[in-house]
Amino acid sequence: MNFDKEFDASGMSCPLPIVKTKKSLADMQSGQVLKVIATDCGAVKDMQAFADQTGNTLLSNTEEGGKFIFFMKKK
Amino acid sequence: MTKKMAIIATKGTLDMAYPPFILASTAAALGYDVQIFFTFYGLQLLRKDLSSVMISPLANPAMPMPVPMPVMVQMLPGMESMATMMMKQKLKKHGVASLEELRELCLEADVKFIACQMTVDLFEFDKSEFIDNVEYGGASMFFGFAGETDICLFV
Repeated sequence: MNFDKEFDASGMSCPLPIVKTKKSLADMQSGQVLKVIATDCGAVKDMQAFADQTGNTLLSNTEEGGKFIFFMKKK
Repeated sequence: MTKKMAIIATKGTLDMAYPPFILASTAAALGYDVQIFFTFYGLQLLRKDLSSVMISPLANPAMPMPVPMPVMVQMLPGMESMATMMMKQKLKKHGVASLEELRELCLEADVKFIACQMTVDLFEFDKSEFIDNVEYGGASMFFGFAGETDICLFV
């Protein structure tokens, strides 16, 4: 999937993946896509909850070799 | 309308310092307008230097220890520093942010910190020991915000 920016949250625990995803989105334009990589399994549900509550769209959520990959489209 | 959350932070130990900053930074990331009211021992969390924020195994039977430790041993000098060092190592190993980093993330996200003036005076804190981004006020000031929140927590 195409993306405009990447944020690697590998090794980070709650709440850093979410808080820093929010920070990464801050300087992006509406409609742009952020790729987030995380290793914290709690991030899977948190990322969906973040999208639901902020109006950003979680385009996909996959696991690759023990890492969780998210594509988040900015509102 | 923007959702709001208020937290009252009353504890000044390393373990209990985390919940207010974790919840506040997360809520801010979700778009909440957040205030934390620091009172009593919670005021320790506003110090520029957080190295005095420690955890004690004493009277803390729920704290998981690598080896069972009798209370008589927990009382020995240096045990608190040792427990704090071990806890910090554990937090780091698990990728948990330091208190300093979480607090900074809160400030970056415009979480408002209010220090309880009465307890600042009671414990004779010098305001120069605290970080700059602190407002001072009382319970009434806090209720002005807390009364209109969606979530209000006492930690």
